[in-house]
Parts: sequence; structure tokens; C-alpha cells
Amino acid sequence: MVEATDTGREDAGPRHAGVGVIAAEICDWFVREVLPLEAALTQFLQHNWRNRGDIEDLLQEVYMRIFEAAQTQIPERPKAFVFTTARNLLIDRVRREQIIPIEAVADLDALNVAMDAPGPDRNAIARDELRRLQAALDRLPPRCRQAVILRQVDGLSRKQIASRMGIGEETVKEYLAEGVCALADMLYGETANVRRHP
Amino acid sequence: MSDDAREELAVPSAKEAKSCAARWLMERRLAENWSDADQAKLDAWLTESPAHLIAYVRLEAAWSRTDRLVVLRNPISDMAEAAPSRAALPLYIKTAAAIGVVAILGTAAANALLYRNDAVFSTPVGGHETVKFADGTRIELNTNTSLRARMTKESRTIWLDRGEAYFQVKHDSASPFVVIAGNQHVTDLGTKFVMRRDASRLQVALLDGRVRFGMSDGNRQSALLSPGDVAVATSNSISVKKASSQMLSNELSWRHGVLIFKHTTLGEAAREFNRYNRKKLVIADEPTARLKIYGTFRVQDAEQFARVTQDVLGLRLETDADEIVISR
Repeated sequence: MVEATDTGREDAGPRHAGVGVIAAEICDWFVREVLPLEAALTQFLQHNWRNRGDIEDLLQEVYMRIFEAAQTQIPERPKAFVFTTARNLLIDRVRREQIIPIEAVADLDALNVAMDAPGPDRNAIARDELRRLQAALDRLPPRCRQAVILRQVDGLSRKQIASRMGIGEETVKEYLAEGVCALADMLYGETANVRRHP
Repeated sequence: MSDDAREELAVPSAKEAKSCAARWLMERRLAENWSDADQAKLDAWLTESPAHLIAYVRLEAAWSRTDRLVVLRNPISDMAEAAPSRAALPLYIKTAAAIGVVAILGTAAANALLYRNDAVFSTPVGGHETVKFADGTRIELNTNTSLRARMTKESRTIWLDRGEAYFQVKHDSASPFVVIAGNQHVTDLGTKFVMRRDASRLQVALLDGRVRFGMSDGNRQSALLSPGDVAVATSNSISVKKASSQMLSNELSWRHGVLIFKHTTLGEAAREFNRYNRKKLVIADEPTARLKIYGTFRVQDAEQFARVTQDVLGLRLETDADEIVISR
């Protein structure tokens, strides 16, 4: 039954070498410390930038700057760092595009409000996580929601979802891709409505 | 063209990056067989722009959060609906139960008697071997590991008697794949996972597919794991936590012969090195053992590691033939 034993490590890739390790470290840090700030960061950008259509790209650029800085050293105070980065980005944009006066960019007082706001209570988040997920799920377009439920709740394969929904496997992927984008925006980009209660 | 303008061109719009990342993520998560070539393509896309990596990491984090929706599953409808499309299910339950009985009865010695023809594979301290089976299943043994395999047309059973192994299992609904470690068993539904057995605990980390992880002693405690889950079983309990894909790949760094420490205590780091080396690292006192270290080392480089603690943390080393004692 056994064909061969070997000490082969043919798939020993470069993934664990230098750069990969650093990137993995930064990704973990990013998910843990930065993503939970996305709702506050989005609000901050919206308050300080006139063109709503730019917000998504501004957010992306803030993240890119954060990633780049983190390559040298992971910031010790993520919250302060994230908002300072956002502010600097807005100032750079204003200077470059010369569309609105620099005064229009938030002063540090406004920043401090955002930075000092109590961080999310991790226990409360854990308790409310399921409720929040369900609420997000409910807001997905119906077909998209059905695909996500068949996958994440029922654990069906791509093929099974396709046959259950009477669609092609490529469409399954499209629905799920659409679903995860919307879910990420709801889970990270919006202030949790579960925390609106007293 | 100014530098600024060129940079501008290289960065995709956030919308583009997100929708592309979402498709990659789903390709990855929905894949039944994710090959190294697929991974290489994904890696290439991820390294094209930091915007790609960021969008991917963000969506992956969100999607992983939805993994816990599995608790909403209705067990009855699950059986009723899933069974017809997955004929293997009742069979695997029966088989798992049968094997569970064997595991209760069987100490290692009794098993050896019952299954005289089991193939035995083992590695010495510092060893690393890959076993390829005719059915396409691969098992990679880490240091100081011993396992037995009994592969037939009807069932495939592995006993992990000691150590750590990485499993890449070819799913076959006609022949369930079960790994038994002490009184725990993992029933595989076509998948990749790593299992580590220490004196008092068993850890299973799932990279891909689904597995059921449970006790064989009839108390029916079991958990259905999905990718990213790390289950830890002690003699009487099972707990499951979620790990990021980066944490998982760190767990598997031994496959590439390296140990990755991230805010790891010296005590834990020494224990890790000692699994791979005859010359042992000894941390002299508790405060020293609690110091945190960060870095990547080859598994056999315990001495280099010790020197780093000397240089970076200002610790003292005393070396003799059998051990390196690290103290303040």
C-alpha cells in the first residue's frame, strides 16, 4: 500500500522566508488592531472630506500607508497612528489637489475625540457577534444571502450550492464574492448597532 | 510623468481591489483541491500591489468571522438534507463509532496484537519524513513522531502514538479516514490538517476541508471543525479557537524546517527547540522563562538562538555537552 517514504520537502516554498514572515505578522496586526477602527476611520474621513465618492479610495490609501510604515516597525499605539496617518493623508491630498484650504482638514481636537473614544468592549463584542452577523446577513440581497447561508451555515460545497440554487458554479462564486464584500463593509465599516443601546 | 502620477497608475481603485480580492478569496475557500500552482497564482496577485493584499486580508478576516454562523445549523435538517447528496455521511458515522470502540478497548499493545500488519512509521528527534500512500494521501511526520497506518479498501485508520504530523487526505466516501490519538479521533471529510500529540494534550489545526474531532469514549463530545479552527483536547474536554491563516502557517513552519516565534516566551521557545534537538535548552529561572522573544530560526539552530538571547536580552549562557543553560 505504501509507495514510498522520502524526506522530500518539494513544497518548501519561500512563504516562510524573510518577507513572508514580516507580511504575516503585519496582516495579523492589521486584522487585530486596525480593522476594528474602520468604522471610526470612515466617519473621520467623511467628516473631513467633501467628496463622498473618494472615501473608499482614501481608506485604501490610509491602509496602504499603515502597511508600509508597519514594514519598518509595527506601531505601538495603533489608534493614534491610524488617525494621524489619515490626517496626514488628507493634508497631502489638499496640498496636492489644491481644492480646499488646509483649514478644512480636521484639527487635532476632533482627532483626539476619535482616538480617546473607548475601544470596543471585547466581551460585549463576543456576546453580540452572532447577533451582529445575523443582522448583516439579513441585509444582503436575497440570492446572495441564500448562497452565504448554504455555504457558511450548512457547509455545502460549491457544486451542492449550485445545484440547490439552480445556478452555475461560477455564479456561486460571484454571489459569495458579492456577499463577503458587503459583509466586510457592514462588519468593519459601520458602527455596530448593537452598541447603540444604553 | 511625475513619480506621483506613476504611483497613482499602479494603485487599483479600492472597488477594483475589493471585488478582485473577493473572487480570489472565494476561489480559495471553495476549492476542493487547491494546488501549489493555484497558490502561486494567488501569491503573485497578492504581491502585485499592497492594495491587493490589504483588500484580501480584510475580506478574509470578515469571512472568517462568518464561520461562526455554523452554530445556526439545524442538526436535524442537516442530516435530512445533507445525507442524500453526501452518501458517505451515515457510513462515516457508523465507521467512526466502530473505530471508537476499538480505541476504548485498545491500548497501544492490544492494537499492535490486533493489527499485526499495520505499517509503522517513525522519526527520531530532529527527523522529518513524508509518507505517500497509494490512495494519494500524504502524511508528513515532524520530529520524534510515531504513527501506525492501516489502509484497506473499506477504511483507513491512522494511530498517532506520539509527536506531530501533517495530513493531506484524499477524500474517498467509500473509505473513511480516521486518525486516532489516545481516546480522541479525527474523522476526515477530505482535507488538510495538522495534529500534535503531547503527554497531556492533543491539538488539531484544520487548514482545509472539514473534520469531525471527538472523543472515542462514548461521551459524544465532538466538534465539527472548519478551516482555521484549532481544537485542543485534554483528557476530559475539547476547546476550539479560531486562528488566522498566518498563525496556521506559523504552526506549520516546521514543514520548512523553521520555528517562528511571535512574542513567544523563552520557556515556550526552549520547549519547541528541545523537541528537535538532543542538546537541550534549559532556562534557569521563571522570570527569564517569561521573557518574550521574536524571530525565525531553523529548528536545529538552538545554539544560535541561545546566542541571540545573549546578545539581545543580555542573558548568560553556560554550555556543556548535553545542555545550554540560559540565565540572567
